[in-house]
Amino acid sequence: MNKIIKFALVLLSTFGLILGTTSTSFSKVEGNKIILGAAVSLTGKYSTNGKHTQNGYNLAVKRINEMGGVKVGGKTYKFDIIYYDDESNSGRAAQLAERLIKQDGVKYMLGPYSSGLTKAIAPITEENKIPMVEANGASRSLFTKGYKYLFAVLSPANQYLEVAIDLAVEKNGGKGVKIAMAFEQDAFSQDVRLGIVDAAKRTGSKIIIDDKLPKELNDMAATLSKVRATKPDVLVVSGHSKGALTAIRQISEMKVDVPMLAMTHCDASKLAKQHGKKSEYALCAAQWHKSLSYKDKYFGNGMKYDKDFNAEYGYTPPYQAAESSAALLVWKDAFERANSTDTEKVRDALAKTDMQTFYGNIKFGSGGQNTAKPMVLFQVRCEGDKCENKVVAPTKWASAKLVHPVPKWSER
Amino acid sequence: MKKNIILYSALLVFGLVAPFLFPAFKLQISFMWILVILALTWDVQGGQMGYNSFGNILFFGIGMYICAGVQIGMFFPLAEWTSSGGEKTFIHTPPQYFQGFFIGLILAGIVPAVVAATIGYGILGLRGHYFAICTLGLGIAAGEIAGGIELIGAGQGMTTPPWPKGIGDTELRSEFFYYLCFVLMVATFVFLRWAYQTRFGLVLNAIRDNEDKAEAMGIHTMRYKIIGWVVSAFFVGIAGGLMGNMVGYIEPTEIAFAGATYGVFMVLMAILGGKGTLWGPVIGAIIFHIFKEGFWIFFLGWQYVALGALIVIIVVFFPEGIMGWLREKYPEKFGEIIDEADRKAQVELK
Amino acid sequence: MDLLIFQAPILMVQALMDGILLGILFALIAYGMALQWGVMNIINIAQGELVILGGYIAYTMYLMGIHPAFGVIVSPIIMFFIGWILYKLVICRVVDRDLFISILATFGISILTQQLMNFIFGADVVVAQSNFGTTMLFDGSVTLPNSKIFSAFVSIIFAIGLVMYMKKSKLGRAIRATAQNARAAKILGVDTEKVYAATFGINAALCGVAGALISITFTLHPYVGLPYTVRSFMIVIIAGLGNLPGVALSGMGLGVFEEFADYILGTEFRIGSVFLLLVLILVYRRFKLSRKREYLK
Repeated sequence: MNKIIKFALVLLSTFGLILGTTSTSFSKVEGNKIILGAAVSLTGKYSTNGKHTQNGYNLAVKRINEMGGVKVGGKTYKFDIIYYDDESNSGRAAQLAERLIKQDGVKYMLGPYSSGLTKAIAPITEENKIPMVEANGASRSLFTKGYKYLFAVLSPANQYLEVAIDLAVEKNGGKGVKIAMAFEQDAFSQDVRLGIVDAAKRTGSKIIIDDKLPKELNDMAATLSKVRATKPDVLVVSGHSKGALTAIRQISEMKVDVPMLAMTHCDASKLAKQHGKKSEYALCAAQWHKSLSYKDKYFGNGMKYDKDFNAEYGYTPPYQAAESSAALLVWKDAFERANSTDTEKVRDALAKTDMQTFYGNIKFGSGGQNTAKPMVLFQVRCEGDKCENKVVAPTKWASAKLVHPVPKWSER
Repeated sequence: MKKNIILYSALLVFGLVAPFLFPAFKLQISFMWILVILALTWDVQGGQMGYNSFGNILFFGIGMYICAGVQIGMFFPLAEWTSSGGEKTFIHTPPQYFQGFFIGLILAGIVPAVVAATIGYGILGLRGHYFAICTLGLGIAAGEIAGGIELIGAGQGMTTPPWPKGIGDTELRSEFFYYLCFVLMVATFVFLRWAYQTRFGLVLNAIRDNEDKAEAMGIHTMRYKIIGWVVSAFFVGIAGGLMGNMVGYIEPTEIAFAGATYGVFMVLMAILGGKGTLWGPVIGAIIFHIFKEGFWIFFLGWQYVALGALIVIIVVFFPEGIMGWLREKYPEKFGEIIDEADRKAQVELK
Repeated sequence: MDLLIFQAPILMVQALMDGILLGILFALIAYGMALQWGVMNIINIAQGELVILGGYIAYTMYLMGIHPAFGVIVSPIIMFFIGWILYKLVICRVVDRDLFISILATFGISILTQQLMNFIFGADVVVAQSNFGTTMLFDGSVTLPNSKIFSAFVSIIFAIGLVMYMKKSKLGRAIRATAQNARAAKILGVDTEKVYAATFGINAALCGVAGALISITFTLHPYVGLPYTVRSFMIVIIAGLGNLPGVALSGMGLGVFEEFADYILGTEFRIGSVFLLLVLILVYRRFKLSRKREYLK
């Protein structure tokens, strides 16, 4: 039994040792660095957009630090971010939020990618009174809980495709339209769906197909043949990047004709590049587009951001990256207005944010949502084999006219 | 015997004071106790009985949903809580919160146990890999089906009631959950320790060694198999209820019926520590947790590569686990008289 | 319950065809799974990852300007070698052990591979374009992407090719002999190590073919391998071990079942119903056998 006791003691001391060495105490401010914490999806099903998010955060940190950092109380600080991989798993995200706050002593948080993960983290940051500026959790249910420490720079999910329905109704002479929709089973997509349901009620439109796509969506042939049989006016699909790519592939292969196809995640999935002409005329919801005329002093305007991001990371930034960068701009602005690193003062400063960034206008409502930025809609248009996203709504920023109804496959 | 008591009390004391020694790690250690429970209960089927179950996560998820459902449903309309992804907010008063929570926990243990008793007759009639695959199917089906049920939030999941305002701060909450997890873990361990020393334990081992012979000897194997599953389901269910509340958000395939993560981990932990032993799953769970957290810190970006490699190494080179390896090296310390054939039968995987 | 499919019976044709085409592809992957299970007593949880890896090979060819359909030739060759190497590194150590160990060891390999692919190929969801067009039947009411038809044909060709190879060639006979009785085969001079390595390599090659086909019919992402693994071993279980023609039938049956379940029960219950079916089949079989006081082996 001696051996067992020895073994157990060795075990426990190793345990203690590891825990001791890993509880490196980062405090909120270390030297001349303000440290923020973030759990992003570096692996798992959201890894594509998790990467966009991380790149967005990093580019902004780099730019802000290069341009003189954050000035608080007469001192200049640089931003730094501690990252953990939440593996696209909500349980993990919650654990990591707890770790960032409790073990790493982080006092300022940046949001994860996806509404589901943000929903898992929000209760923790709220309970611990740690302000979080999030850029990728659009679910409306996040903003109805009266959270005081949650601030979202993006427009809520339900707004995503409402514009599309409104457009369709407008083109139908103001009469209600027939809607077919397919949504993935996660928090974000279901929220977009709620927006459509509301829009349908509002405009007197009828929902004739309401399919939920499982998360391991690989094949939506069944849904599409139902669509073909029932002839709706609008088909709405939201299933993150995989959903967008699968939808275009199968719609073009099965030659399903719908006057309007509205989707999400077209740019994050690099739809126009990967599917080329097959993706033409698809309408996409976006939080941002480079051609919009917003500007700020860090990134200039959207076109410049696009160029700089491309130079740094080698690809065109989808809006997920842009909004992530905006989150850092919001933090900087709040720190400087509060002129303090005290969490409560910074939180109050955040609540009073009213600024324009290259990404859009940002002003927070009582539940933490951004009330000042409308969604944009763009349509994929091709010249020869080169396809691009062109903004078609709101008309103020439209760079192309909406093509509706979409030409049939037989005519393309 | 004396040394045993010293060991047990040392560990008990450690468990009790850990929240104060490592205040920043309360939630981490709570998760570790949950892992220990998962490993211990899996071992009842996998190690002691020789039935490798990939579906015990079914009970974890059921327990989680039942607990949350009861916590909420007792005071508010559940359908409204979960509708639209949880837009409406309802606030529990402290007495409501704790009442709901404890009743929820009790039911979180009872309902999965009933489920186990009900389906046990059909499922436990399968043997070997058929049993493994059937239970795997159960676990996955449960997750997918839960994702389609609107009442419990469907794919958007469900939030559990937040900690009531006015009852201490987040530290108190962490301590509260920590002690609940610890107590549950100790209860599971003590219960199983007692159970293994009764006829029940002997029958389980007999089933593992040769089920047909056991039946031929007149043992009602099905009865014992079901009892074993019921016991596992009970403890795993309560663990699920606790986990759901600790995380604060329940998601059908990732948190509740987390087959691809915890479902497989519970098997690995038991094997790492040593299948078929009492301490094996405990040690396995603790070490697995430490390694996993270590990898996540030091190998970020490569953590799964490291974990995958570790799993391959464990499984290929140490299938008998740590306890098994110790047993081989120091059998006298285990108070054993060495009967090679008997020992091999005990630690060999079927 | 959605009765659309009964109101428009032409949809049943579409569902049937979609199910069969899908099922044949899954059956190919299942075939590989059945092969190594039968011969080496290994359940390969990393099967899906091998498929995706095969897909990435075809995708890389596509990026280099080569038509990804050629992936069905290049991918299996590369994957065969990868399979062989995997065997020598890890699998050979678990071959003569318990089946259960192989499950865990290959689980370790699968999560390792996922992250490696994430690192090498990036985290984007990608597709390769075949530009094969579409076949329209019944005046456009039933449309079948030619890429799916191509996949079905290729799968059938490989399946038949494999069956013939197993029957006629020396290695094939060695494999079958080892499957029947490894010790006897060894005594008779068969190099069982080589046989095992070849079997695993063949499985990897089959996955490679399937992956190349998937790159042009669906999407690729490091973390979407699991559904293929799970489907393939469900098919093997339903068919019953050793029943290779059964694999093809089960594959198609499962594909069709899935499609119909999608129409009738709704897409959200599609996967769940498939698994429930598995559970029910197994339990049903167990009860049938228990009548004879036997159990499923």
